[in-house]
Amino acid sequence: MVGFNILVLVCLGYVIMLFLVAFAADKRAREGRDRWLRAPVVYTLSLSIYCTAWTFYGAVGYAARSGLEFVTIYLGPTLVMVGWWWALRKLVRIGRAQRVTSIADLISSRYGKSNLLGVIVTLLAVVGTTPYIALQLQSVTLSFSVFAAGRPEGWALPDLNATALWVAVGLALFTILFGTRNLDANERHHGVVTAIAVEAVVKLVALLAVGVFVVWGVAGGPAEITRIIEESPIATWQMNPGRWASLTFLSAAAFLTLPRMFQVLVVENVEERQLGTAAWAFPLYLFLMSLFVVPIAVVGLKVMPAGSNPDLFVLTVPLSFDQEPLAMLSFLGGFSSATSMVIVAAIALSTMVSNHIVMPIWLSARKGGASVSGDVRHLVLLSRRLSIGGVLLLGYLYFRFSGGGAALAAIGLISFAGVAQVLPALLGGLFWRGAARNGAAAGLIAGFTIWAYSLFLPSFGEAGILSATTMANGPWGIGWLRPQALFGIEGMDPVVHAIFWSMLLNTGAFFLFSLASFPTPLERLQGAQFVNVFEHTRSARGWTRGGAEAEDLMVMAQRIMGGPQAQALFQSQAAAQGKEGYLPDVTPDFIERLERELSGSVGAATAHAMVGQIVGGASVSVEDLMAVADEAQQILEYSSRLETQSEELTRTARQLSEANEKLTQLSIQKDAFLSQISHELRTPMTSIRAFSEILMDGGPLGAQDQHKYSSIIQDEAIRLTRLLDDLLDLSVLENGQVILNPQNENLTVILDRAVAATSSIGAGPELEVLRDGGREDVWLYTDTDRLAQVFINLIANARKYCDAATPRLTISVTRRDNTLQIDFIDNGSGIPTESQGVIFEKFSRLSDQAKAGGAGLGLAICREIMDKLGGKVTYLPGQGGGAFRVAMPLSPLNSA
Amino acid sequence: MTPPREPLFLARQNYRRRRLADAARLVPVLGALLFMIPILATSGGGASTARGGMYVFLVWLALIGVAGFLSRRLVERSGAASPAPGDDNKGGEPVRENG
Repeated sequence: MVGFNILVLVCLGYVIMLFLVAFAADKRAREGRDRWLRAPVVYTLSLSIYCTAWTFYGAVGYAARSGLEFVTIYLGPTLVMVGWWWALRKLVRIGRAQRVTSIADLISSRYGKSNLLGVIVTLLAVVGTTPYIALQLQSVTLSFSVFAAGRPEGWALPDLNATALWVAVGLALFTILFGTRNLDANERHHGVVTAIAVEAVVKLVALLAVGVFVVWGVAGGPAEITRIIEESPIATWQMNPGRWASLTFLSAAAFLTLPRMFQVLVVENVEERQLGTAAWAFPLYLFLMSLFVVPIAVVGLKVMPAGSNPDLFVLTVPLSFDQEPLAMLSFLGGFSSATSMVIVAAIALSTMVSNHIVMPIWLSARKGGASVSGDVRHLVLLSRRLSIGGVLLLGYLYFRFSGGGAALAAIGLISFAGVAQVLPALLGGLFWRGAARNGAAAGLIAGFTIWAYSLFLPSFGEAGILSATTMANGPWGIGWLRPQALFGIEGMDPVVHAIFWSMLLNTGAFFLFSLASFPTPLERLQGAQFVNVFEHTRSARGWTRGGAEAEDLMVMAQRIMGGPQAQALFQSQAAAQGKEGYLPDVTPDFIERLERELSGSVGAATAHAMVGQIVGGASVSVEDLMAVADEAQQILEYSSRLETQSEELTRTARQLSEANEKLTQLSIQKDAFLSQISHELRTPMTSIRAFSEILMDGGPLGAQDQHKYSSIIQDEAIRLTRLLDDLLDLSVLENGQVILNPQNENLTVILDRAVAATSSIGAGPELEVLRDGGREDVWLYTDTDRLAQVFINLIANARKYCDAATPRLTISVTRRDNTLQIDFIDNGSGIPTESQGVIFEKFSRLSDQAKAGGAGLGLAICREIMDKLGGKVTYLPGQGGGAFRVAMPLSPLNSA
Repeated sequence: MTPPREPLFLARQNYRRRRLADAARLVPVLGALLFMIPILATSGGGASTARGGMYVFLVWLALIGVAGFLSRRLVERSGAASPAPGDDNKGGEPVRENG
């Protein structure tokens, strides 16, 4: 007999293996070797979280109680999957186009990014999923107790509650580790998905092994098993037509609306091919999972003593034949089913809770709104981690206080009926443009209420919330309000009764309120985009040009997406508009794109609210609305060629006007420079002439005066020379006559040299230089003297122009791909947006001339040098001060 | 709703693909019908679980086969590269790939 310790060891070993699998998959994905992680078979296997412990243990119990009816739970999903061309394809396409993060996000996004709907769906999902998580904990602890009970002399029965608690803690840990690794909830959780795929294989193999053992090992072949079925208590098919049809419908509905199914079906989907394979492969998986359920059930009924729990036949039948390795495998199968469901459900629910409940509360609690600085990512991740813990805690509490008495199948069905209430709003939103927010809210609330009243609350038993008299006579003796005989219709099965009334009233309210309401423009835009997702591949615009500054938007985006990602996005958008640098024009298209990127992290409603705070309210113009109307749509399609042309023209015009502006500014600057340079040349000349005349006159001068005058002449001459040197240097660089002397040198040494060289410059407050030593340890093969010249210039600039009370310069080094980025960020007031375009031009100087003490050639020289070194120096906006980025390629030879 | 310049006749390949999609849409309807037949068959009472089970599982397997055949053809015809433009996609820009 297997000892408890061995059982725990096997469990631990299995969990450690899962950790390793998840870790390895995450690592592969990070290195970009994720081809097989995207394989359709992995996607198909990840869908198997539909088969929870309810399937693994409960299906056999269900079959032992009611015969073939158990199969309805798998027929529904089969129909949905083989009908992928109807709904799933559209759902997946929308999920990707709108960067949907959860089912609550989808509903909220469809109905005008309404957070009210997000909250309703989130609450519904949490209430509906909690019993289900409790069910998984219960099945794991029950299977532990089977091994305990089978040992007569053996170890003390383990404390079930403690087991459940440890299981819950372990699952929370795993989920937090691998489920909240990246902030972008729309990104794929490679580690989790791969671990789940492995678990899917384990549970399938386990159930098939038990089935094969029962059919060929115990019964002696298919013919024999048929005979045993014919002799069993479930030999005749007790068909209940109402339950047969409505359970098939219910499982199909739940398959689409369960938060965890939505997570793996839509959020974790990468490409439509995966769906094409899963369309037949997942029904095949379900088929194999159900194939041996009836044989195991009838053999269990035959060989096990009367009164033993049929929910555990999968374990107890092999044990009663002393097949311990098989029982162990089957135990692992059940363990896999339970854990994979809990992990994905916790991820899905935590995303919903954090995006639709925590973030909106945080947003409205902050006075400053979205544009204040500080990183939000930690907050989002923290709230997701806490939600995971909270969800599992709720499941554990439900397990503790419900006592875990009810049959597995009953709890599962209650949960299904709860989440299925989302179906009308979901399908209506996918296929009917007229579906409106009020309708969705009314339908959800109506369905949820009926479900809670007629199915969920009665499930706590007569001692629970609804008393026995209420159940029998209705509240306050009102007969037609009896929870299980609403409107006086008696004799229906409770589950069928609840499904019938909740779905009827839900759909009814949904249609009625949709027909009666007049949706907001944003809602109509979203509706058109969802329903016509295959035609509107380009999104209609929800924003008109607002008063937003690109820099404000960048500050906000950096807080949510992180610095490098936000900068890359802004840069690519600017490049698409034909602009250089990091700040694109704030066009409606750009705002739309930015909002969509953000909604991948924090959900559509929150992203919309945050962008709205900066842009200044949700505004949809009349033209945008026209685009929704079909007539306008046709005209748009008709003139799409014209449109692309005009777009191109706009882009060219923008480039031209930019160039023109730059030219004008340059010409003004050049004029200014000419007078400036003549002034600069003249001043030293004048004093040189004056003092040399004094010396020439040879008057009565003391040796001291003579020395003084001649040293003035020399100083002025040096100043002249320096000015001319700079000009010469620049013209050499520009003409490409420069010869580089590349050598190997460590970046730390170059930076040390640059900082030391600038430490003596200038008066005023001391500049504090912050550096990160570890990251600077990079070997470079380049012209180090020239590079140091650039660094010296940038540090000297910070020293001269940083106007903070305690000036501070941060030098940070990052490596991205094959590029080394060295950022020089000071805490002064930075460079105004309108001047950012010209600072690298020759002769440009922003502040007053006297203070600068140069001819405005420094940055121009820097740019030329970096060009020659194959790198780039750019101004980095939105860093809370003046910031320059030196980027240079790491040559492959020296990147090691 | 239908745009006026929808072509009246389609090239053979497009025509076949649309009919393939029609067939794919029909599969779940057919499956639902076949799965509901036991309601009629058992209304007389006394059907056998063994034979009923055999029927359900055979229908199931047939559905998997048909769905497999159709979805492979559909994915192939929509072009190997994802995202597959839908049959009713009138040459818009392909959807941006995320992640």
